[in-house]
Amino acid sequence: MNRFEYVRAGTVAEAVQAFASGAESRFIAGGTNLVDLMKYNVERPDRLVDITRLPLDSIEEHEGGLRIGALVTNATAAYDERVQARYPVLSSAILAGATGQLRNAATMGGNLNQRTRCYYFYDEATPCNKRQPGSGCAAIGGVNRIHAILGASEHCIATHPSDMCVALAALQATIRLAGPEGERQLAIADYHRLPGDAPQQDTNLKPGEIVLSVDLPAEDFSRHYTYLKLRDRLSYAFALVSVAAILELDADVIRTARFALGGVAHKPWRDAEAEALLQGRAPTREVFEEAADHVVRHAQPQSQNAFKIELARRAIVRGLTQAAAGTPQPLSDKRIA
Amino acid sequence: MLIESGSPVAADTRIGISLTINGEARQLQVAPWTTLLDLLREELDLTGSKKGCDHGQCGACTVLVDGVRINSCLALAVMKDGAAITTVEGLAGLANRGAGSDGLHPIQEAFIEHDAFQCGYCTPGQLCSSIGMMNEGHAHTRDEIREAMSGNICRCGAYTNIVDAIEDVMQGEAAR
Repeated sequence: MNRFEYVRAGTVAEAVQAFASGAESRFIAGGTNLVDLMKYNVERPDRLVDITRLPLDSIEEHEGGLRIGALVTNATAAYDERVQARYPVLSSAILAGATGQLRNAATMGGNLNQRTRCYYFYDEATPCNKRQPGSGCAAIGGVNRIHAILGASEHCIATHPSDMCVALAALQATIRLAGPEGERQLAIADYHRLPGDAPQQDTNLKPGEIVLSVDLPAEDFSRHYTYLKLRDRLSYAFALVSVAAILELDADVIRTARFALGGVAHKPWRDAEAEALLQGRAPTREVFEEAADHVVRHAQPQSQNAFKIELARRAIVRGLTQAAAGTPQPLSDKRIA
Repeated sequence: MLIESGSPVAADTRIGISLTINGEARQLQVAPWTTLLDLLREELDLTGSKKGCDHGQCGACTVLVDGVRINSCLALAVMKDGAAITTVEGLAGLANRGAGSDGLHPIQEAFIEHDAFQCGYCTPGQLCSSIGMMNEGHAHTRDEIREAMSGNICRCGAYTNIVDAIEDVMQGEAAR
């Protein structure tokens, strides 16, 4: 790990100021991703701004929805009674990720800003446009079975690793930010970005901006939801493909359908056209297959991950079926049925 | 030096922090990049917590911070200023836990009773993680215990017996 200055911030203003006055600053809270990346020399900040003492650690009622502070841990959010009752897809998604220990340390803001788990991004000895812009992408043509099938570019095929963010995408959360130019909000759909020719940028955060809260809208998707995660082992593994699905049904007609995919792109993947196909239709397998086919119509496989296209298609159908039936996938039940 | 909110502490400066470690209040000087695990092992000679992977993947470094289990390898010691740390060395001394005849914590007794380890390398982390998991109170069935303990790898494969030991203690506490 490189040497760095340490600043303990007491207020958001202090944190933003301390960040801006360093050359290569990073905010640190849970540290579960940043400290790991620093041990690999992938991140080499010259200043760490410790934000753990900022007053951003509460979950509050907000305009009929919930405002989850950026420093609320993943565990606290997932087990919060209000989150479990009103946004169970979020609770389920968070608990599908990482481990008990990591969820106890990792925060909402950190989860949003975690970096890809592409092997080449982590390996200093290989080219990676995300780690070192312009150096190339060793994943293209390399070991890439975990990589993107949607929205990738010739510069980067990394995926966003979060489970939580996939649920936030389906729930259409809003991210509240503070920075040198004041406060602003970003829709979750605009928070993460596709790699394009600047894969070093994971998000649309401006330099020095800090997450204040994740705001959940006043909607009730507590009945028809699922978070379905498919991975190489049954716990503590990143998703090959995951689906967060929420439906609103009215006498066997789909009133609202939203679903997002994890593990397939540089950001949680939603397809508005595919969701529109479900609107006003009966929740049948045929209809779900139509939507799934639509999502993968432009999917581009890499040399080792063509299987993910069919996996994604089937995961969408199964996820929507589970959501419609009101039978979400419990985390401790590992049966694939 | 003591830390002042908002003021950068230059690299190479040791920072004064207070930690309660296994019940004992300690005043320590730490470099900002020292992880909690390295502080425990290298500077305080508490080598029970293990550096298995040093990347949060194996759970051998699991300790309790204010009763909450975390990977000590991914925590910077300076950020835990003011916290109470419990390592495997402190389990027997955890207050009001009804330590057994030889002074061990009930989960330690249960690990011995159920043969819940072979080489023992992962055991300090398994023990701290078990206690943290029981404090959390969300796992009740065997399947739920397995899922909740997935952050602790045992390469000897003692998982079945580890779950037996945890279940035993949970049932004992429920009966109490």
